[in-house]
Amino acid sequence: MTRGPSTFNRLSVALGLAFLYAPIVLLVVYSFNASRLVTVWGGVSTRWYAALAHDGAMLDAIGVSLRVGLVSASLATVLGLLAAMTLTRGGRFAGRGLFAGMIYAPLVLPEVVLGLSLLLLFVALGLPRGIWTVTLSHTTVTLCYAAVVIQARLADLDPSLEEAAQDLGCPPATAFVKVTLPIVAPAIAAAWMLALTLSLDDLVVASFTSGPGATTLPMRLYSQVRLGVNPEINAVSTLLIGAVATAVTLAGVWRRRRGR
Amino acid sequence: MTPDPLVPAKAGTQAGPGAHANRLGSRLRGNERWGGWWVAAIPYLWLLLFFAVPFVLVAKLSLSHTVLAIPPYAPRLDLGQGWAGLAAFARALSFETYARLAHDRLYLAAYLSSLRFAAEATAILLAIGYPIAYGIARHPSGQRQGLVLAVMLPFWTSFLIRIYAWIAILKPAGLLNQALAILHLPPLTLLNTDAGVLIGLVYAYLPFMVLPLYAVLERQDESLIEAARDLGCTPTQAFWRVTVPLSWPGVAAGALLCFIPMVGEFVIPDLLGGSSTLMLGRTLWTEFFADRDWPAASAVAIALLATLAIPIALFQRQQARVLR
Repeated sequence: MTRGPSTFNRLSVALGLAFLYAPIVLLVVYSFNASRLVTVWGGVSTRWYAALAHDGAMLDAIGVSLRVGLVSASLATVLGLLAAMTLTRGGRFAGRGLFAGMIYAPLVLPEVVLGLSLLLLFVALGLPRGIWTVTLSHTTVTLCYAAVVIQARLADLDPSLEEAAQDLGCPPATAFVKVTLPIVAPAIAAAWMLALTLSLDDLVVASFTSGPGATTLPMRLYSQVRLGVNPEINAVSTLLIGAVATAVTLAGVWRRRRGR
Repeated sequence: MTPDPLVPAKAGTQAGPGAHANRLGSRLRGNERWGGWWVAAIPYLWLLLFFAVPFVLVAKLSLSHTVLAIPPYAPRLDLGQGWAGLAAFARALSFETYARLAHDRLYLAAYLSSLRFAAEATAILLAIGYPIAYGIARHPSGQRQGLVLAVMLPFWTSFLIRIYAWIAILKPAGLLNQALAILHLPPLTLLNTDAGVLIGLVYAYLPFMVLPLYAVLERQDESLIEAARDLGCTPTQAFWRVTVPLSWPGVAAGALLCFIPMVGEFVIPDLLGGSSTLMLGRTLWTEFFADRDWPAASAVAIALLATLAIPIALFQRQQARVLR
């Protein structure tokens, strides 16, 4: 479309973005509120950030979430890359429909169903629930997202590039590593970030598959939120939002540099 | 029913399905592109073990009954007894849990209200998302990417946190009612009501509605609208008779992408809904964590899956078409 936006077009985009961002902005602003009452403004203060630094349970939960997130995102990216290669280059093999189904279904299935089914698997296998069962569960769910992200990039790739490398004497594996992998790298990075974000954000699957001593950050936040609104949660949330904003900005800068 | 959850996964590396993996491998080697059948086998086996097998277990458990034990259900399969154990196990399975759920008004109400919430939210999302997506598509191409990024960005921040933010807004003495008081308008009761849940659903899923819509609207050929105008259409007619029908794949993708997970949503009804807000995701959670009734939770999960099977099949067909 090339016609310029009408006033109505501009207005609907502006209102839509305002709707999306207003709650986030308010959350951040009220994390600097001196008052204990979240919705009454009592002056600017950083006391909730100081309180956070002494909240051992919350810091432990952040540690658990980071460990689960980093391990599961890395595993999911590797598995997702293999799955994406199978989807784009595997041709038509028996069971391809089932494979594609298993990749796409977790993207839309309710999390409670995924959480319950994974828990039953761990019970059937006799695995004690804890940080490793959460990590395996997150790997499974996020590998599907990683596969979809990487597969979109692989599908766009010109196969003649790799063929050219092979014609010039490259063994297939080397051609893949030297030609394809660098081109797909931004998608791999995006897939890893997406997997990490999803893992750090997940409440439902973690609640089902976690055990004692492996409380993730969302599980901790959820139990706090159930007790009522609390300015310390705003402070944690603001830090998380800041981390995400930084990561997204850095990724954008990196992409732009590569683009040139 | 699979007697042992490990059997299909192990078999994949050996006998029957192994042959299929080799056949697959030879074709891939024929392509001389990448190294061997294991590329497909590793994620395939992973998903069979961690995705397919667990669903068989859920189905099995939904046919069991609760007992006071750890884990809290019976019968348990004893493979040590061979066929006799398997037969005894199969005899002990029953549809009792489903019968119990079907006769309980609360489950039926939760089931229907989940579908109603998801349908209403999807309709509102279409009404809000379409003008946003269309508006972005009408911006000059240099600005579009930034606007799409702006719509996507909230998705990267924690879902739980974004829903939590709405509690402070919707509370009786919350920010929305403070704003209404300044405007001399009567206060609204939204937190812990069905309206609160709808607001939360629309808020959380808006990016998933806007993006598929934008993807089709952005690609639409401007000359089609010009042709319609040349043939005497008013801009409004051209919009409804050309733009909207052509954007149908985006509408379908967005609606399915939002509707399916919303039916089983847990966090939003739990935090923004009241005690009378019934949704299946919450019912499943309560059965599992509060009542420790694992068979009932499994039966609810199977009911959810059975309901969502058709929308999910439609969604997969849509995805397959996009891939081709």
